[in-house]
Amino acid sequence: MKKVLALVLAMTMLVGLAACGGSGSSQPVEPAKKEHGNEIVVGIPQDLGDSLDPYQMSSAGTREILTNVFEGLYKPNSDGDYVPAIASSCEISEDGLTYTFHLNEGVTFHNGKTLTNADLEYSFAKCAETTLDSSLPKFFANADITVNGKGQVIVQLKEAMSDIFAYISLIYIIPADYADQLTAPIGTGPYKFVSRSVQENVILEKFEEYYGEKAKIDKITCKVFEDGTALVTALNAGAIDFATHLSLDQVAGVGSDYQVIEGTTNVVQALYINNAAKPFDDIRVRQALCYAVNVDDVLQLVANGHGTKLGTSIYPSFKKYFDSSLVGYYKYDVEKAKSLLAEAGYPNGFDMTITVPSVYPIHVNTALVIAEQLKAAGINAQVQEVEWNTWLTDVYSNRDFETTVSGFDASTLTANALLERWTSGHKKNMINFANSEYDEYMTKANSTTDEAERTKLFIAASRVLTENAANVYIQDAAEFTVMNGLLDGYQSYPLYRINFASLYYTDL
Amino acid sequence: MQKNKIKKLNWMVYTGGIITAIIFIIVLIGRFYTPYDPSAMNGQLRLAGPSLAHIMGCDNFGRDIFSRVVEGAGTTLTIAVLVILIGASVGIFIGALTGYFGGVVDEVFMRVCDLITAFPSIMLALIIIAILSPSEKNIIWCLAILFIPSFARVTRSEMVKQKSQNYVKLAKLMGAGSFRIIFVHILPNMVPVLLPTITIGFNNAVLAEASMSFLGVGVSANKPSLGRMLSESQNFLVTGAPWYAISVGLAIVLLILGLSLLGEGLQQWRRNR
Repeated sequence: MKKVLALVLAMTMLVGLAACGGSGSSQPVEPAKKEHGNEIVVGIPQDLGDSLDPYQMSSAGTREILTNVFEGLYKPNSDGDYVPAIASSCEISEDGLTYTFHLNEGVTFHNGKTLTNADLEYSFAKCAETTLDSSLPKFFANADITVNGKGQVIVQLKEAMSDIFAYISLIYIIPADYADQLTAPIGTGPYKFVSRSVQENVILEKFEEYYGEKAKIDKITCKVFEDGTALVTALNAGAIDFATHLSLDQVAGVGSDYQVIEGTTNVVQALYINNAAKPFDDIRVRQALCYAVNVDDVLQLVANGHGTKLGTSIYPSFKKYFDSSLVGYYKYDVEKAKSLLAEAGYPNGFDMTITVPSVYPIHVNTALVIAEQLKAAGINAQVQEVEWNTWLTDVYSNRDFETTVSGFDASTLTANALLERWTSGHKKNMINFANSEYDEYMTKANSTTDEAERTKLFIAASRVLTENAANVYIQDAAEFTVMNGLLDGYQSYPLYRINFASLYYTDL
Repeated sequence: MQKNKIKKLNWMVYTGGIITAIIFIIVLIGRFYTPYDPSAMNGQLRLAGPSLAHIMGCDNFGRDIFSRVVEGAGTTLTIAVLVILIGASVGIFIGALTGYFGGVVDEVFMRVCDLITAFPSIMLALIIIAILSPSEKNIIWCLAILFIPSFARVTRSEMVKQKSQNYVKLAKLMGAGSFRIIFVHILPNMVPVLLPTITIGFNNAVLAEASMSFLGVGVSANKPSLGRMLSESQNFLVTGAPWYAISVGLAIVLLILGLSLLGEGLQQWRRNR
């Protein structure tokens, strides 16, 4: 009898909950003209769990917050160019091998100490020794970095290298022999680190002695919301001033006192195919998959048509390298897919598994739509959700998978950041793509100093990926930034980076 | 006399039975016919509200929720039926033997059962599935094994009670073998005890499958199941489509309500017999 009562109660609660949900979305939220100080609360989807040490940050979510605390000699701007930061300018020698960086005057660390040559030398050495970034070792092997008495940093290259500013931007300058970077990081950026409470928040404060243009907002509290629904609830309650990387469904219910800005995730989302696994080692099978997936419908079903279609491993923020003719290279054509499958010896299709990391709803949803579309071509795809760590070991490291829907971002604004991993034998070549033509283009591009020629070679390489149907390229997904209506100055970056220093309140 | 008692006590059995039967019939029909293809997507109908054409509305892929609920309930019930079938047969078999013969084997088996029940079953299932990789087959096996102790225990305790009864002694005197006594003489007399246990177990199996799918370790993602749908629908509970969660939630509530009433009713009927 007790059980029956409990059930009736549970049912009443469910109906009650529904009523709440209904009224919440239909009644216009009263414009919250609440008093606010010169501070904002930012909702972030994950704790800065990996490390606060600038050379140990591996997750994009950590990087995008801590790039407000750390700076290199140069830094990326919102246009995708590299601009002077701690350095004020740079001279390049005639032969393109010597870079002389002149430094800004009066650069101080958050602990009040002035930047010295010892700090610079320490930073370069420490970074070379401990960095987790996979592109930097190549740079350090090729460069000889010295600091002279006039406060100049001289980078002497053995061979010409055109992405040098991108690498320089990753070498964050930190004070020499400061032991607590892991827990209380100190850099030179416009914001200084105040505190971190595990799984709860990270607090940053405006750095008054910043050498450049100072930040406008005094205090930034980054609150951790590991549950997407909780983040949306907090947004609806007006408890957050800024949140980014939100999906269309998450921003659907936010109140009118927020501004919603559409951007892109800057991630190459694709159905990544293990090119070495049967039957995907046959190019015709991979091409059949490309023809059988209707990308327009994927965008429509996953995000109401928002998102940018891709044709290769380059997303549009890389303006130079993005070849729009590759988008739609494979026009949706089920019949063609079927005949290609028949040619390859699978007239009745086959069974396959799409392994997706369950933490990314966008990838899971895309996989579900793809699986549904593949049915028309006779391919029976099972969508298998796995935990993030399982995905990292099984799919990414051990390459034990058939296909997966996932995304790759770029750590620097260089073509190498997106393309290099697909060269044969590269340790990050998860899909086992091996194509000599591709390798040749990549090697040539990396040894060419002429910028126009280089760009051409990288584009040619990206075309090889498309023509060989290395993966079924889907999209650079749309994402939304929600911001308090009184805030302004938001800049979207082509990289994972939130620049808090540009934000300001319009009514203060 | 007996007729009267059944009438008086079994409103719960009747209501529960009717609810369960209706659900089973709908699910059974759903195996052959649903109003729409449960996996057909339609971008135009994204998060469409309930209407005459789609009585429970559409989900975030424009799929008909009612068709999916029917299909999902089918998945959930199939798993639950198989879990109970395996769990109950093995459990009853073990319980009957250890209860009848006793001794060291009995002691060992019962301690193993204690061991299994000492852990929260969902947690144990999650661990096993994490090791085995999630699939429908693994879930069925895993849950079935976890359900064995509850059946084994009930059967054992009842067996101990029954084996000292006169009819068992008489059967022994007549020279019936142990197995014949257990399975032909005693077991049929235990049906009133086992029936509610099975119903309640079934109830728990439905909930266990739903919870596991809710936590994302259940059936494959493109197969609808009630727990999975509930977990997907929570994203839309506040923003846009509350009917999604309500429809799925109500389906689970009704299913569990029917089964609980049936189980509770059967238990009362046994007590009053």
